[in-house]
Amino acid sequence: MGMTMTQKILAAAAGLEKVEAGQLIEAKLDLVLGNDITSPVAIHEMDKFKQQEVFDKDKIALVMDHFIPNKDIKSAEHCKCVREFACRHEITNYFDVGEMGIEHALLPEKGLTVAGDVIIGADSHTCTYGALGAFSTGVGSTDMAAGMVTGKAWFKVPSAIKVNLIGKPSKWVSGKDVILHIIGRIGVDGALYQSLEFTGEGVANLTMDDRFTIANMAIEAGGKNGIFPVDDKTIEYMEEHSKRPYKIFEADPDAVYEREITVDLGQLRPTIAFPHLPENTKTIDEITKEVKVDQAVIGSCTNGRIQDLREAAEILKGRKVKKGLRCIVIPATQAVYLQALEEGLLKIFIEAGAVVSTPTCGPCLGGYMGILAEGERCISTTNRNFVGRMGHVKSEVYLASPAVAAASAVTGKISAPEELGL
Amino acid sequence: MKVQGNVFKYGDNVDTDVIIPARYLNSSDPAELATHCMEDIDKEFVNKVQKGDLIVANKNFGCGSSREHAPIAIKACGVSCVIAETFARIFYRNAINIGLPIIECPEAAKDIEAGDEVEVDFDTGIIYDHTKGTQYQGQAFPEFMQKIIRAEGLINYINSQQ
Repeated sequence: MGMTMTQKILAAAAGLEKVEAGQLIEAKLDLVLGNDITSPVAIHEMDKFKQQEVFDKDKIALVMDHFIPNKDIKSAEHCKCVREFACRHEITNYFDVGEMGIEHALLPEKGLTVAGDVIIGADSHTCTYGALGAFSTGVGSTDMAAGMVTGKAWFKVPSAIKVNLIGKPSKWVSGKDVILHIIGRIGVDGALYQSLEFTGEGVANLTMDDRFTIANMAIEAGGKNGIFPVDDKTIEYMEEHSKRPYKIFEADPDAVYEREITVDLGQLRPTIAFPHLPENTKTIDEITKEVKVDQAVIGSCTNGRIQDLREAAEILKGRKVKKGLRCIVIPATQAVYLQALEEGLLKIFIEAGAVVSTPTCGPCLGGYMGILAEGERCISTTNRNFVGRMGHVKSEVYLASPAVAAASAVTGKISAPEELGL
Repeated sequence: MKVQGNVFKYGDNVDTDVIIPARYLNSSDPAELATHCMEDIDKEFVNKVQKGDLIVANKNFGCGSSREHAPIAIKACGVSCVIAETFARIFYRNAINIGLPIIECPEAAKDIEAGDEVEVDFDTGIIYDHTKGTQYQGQAFPEFMQKIIRAEGLINYINSQQ
């Protein structure tokens, strides 16, 4: 009986020849991540350890991204706590205002995550790095604290769902539509405790930014991780961004999967998740009743990369954001921000009447920078649309791709770019 | 170890945003987090909950964010145990790691109603509903997790190994 790609990475990190689903193992970690919300709790927990030194100052990443630049005094205290910790332990990869970006866009860009790595992060969207062929998963602050001290974590080896991708996505269909389609099919707990292992000839038709978006939302199907095979595009990305050696793992031909699903990328249509769960999906063609929106957010760890901003700009170029609607564009990192500046994208956004913000998770989790009032609706490229997620308990979030969010910002209702003749 | 109390009952996919909304995550103080626990799904919860009470819910309890603030807030409210059909995996890990008792039991999750007087015996995994006069066998933890629970959390467990 063979192993899945995830199982092979975990076996290697645990120093075992073979592992199987359900087995409890202890694996060595290549990176431990935390942010300004989860790290303070972990730092506090670290005080309880007999040994309080970190296992490797180069293998810890602390990214201030949720409530920064600090939105209030309490957030400032949290960041100060992390800053002092980073200084005390000489943490190499500490990213604060000016250098920071949204963690899951930033770390691959900085070359800190490569194929074959085992990564834990005290943030549920840590599963993003599976796009590079790494095993990465979200944990809580106590696991983060234990990881920072011991360099290890315990895992229950997951079984997997094989997601066979075929075909090529059409214009205006991107990674977001792929993952929303999958979540709509299997549900928000469809991959509970399992890996989503993407495979098939369709993978080659997805850009790295598409793959980051897809792996990022594996957690929204309950998945432990989402993982892509390593191909020429992955290698090109890693060689451009990282000096670290990578290791390519492949699933065994006789690997065992819980089940298999096939997604024909060519058949997908722009897909939107209605409130209040990411599984409540409809394609643009299935929306029969007009859904007016008050705000559009284009950004986040899911969709704040350069491809996302280019797509949005292509739609907003020469057009205007609907009067009365707020359009908020948030480049995910400083490098994305600079690239967008050099390509003239920021000018397009500003001329269209959108606002461009410094990188932050802000509105995605209802922190700041775009909070909704009672009864308001937002079309958003973020990843969750739970009750109260972006503000008032009686506000609503509709999840979509940057293309749909940008088109909707122009029309004032949920729309595909086709509606604008694109 | 046994716990006993009244039940607060919720449905499927209770997410960490309703357990503790992100607008309160500028604090990591358990007592402060406890004052907002379940606020967006049940405003009265914090006023009614008594030490020892239980939360019973259906599938995928604790889905969403990795915020450990969610089990911390529940524990700090005095909740003695969460019973659910299934738990989202990060919440499951976090609960064990901070020493909040949780039990998976689809039958109990389905039958038990709000206000029922329920007792849980963690040694046997048996759940008693004294109001209904019924009992259920909850799923036992693997031995490794039992060791973490007995040590009252991951850090004590790691300290005891060193």
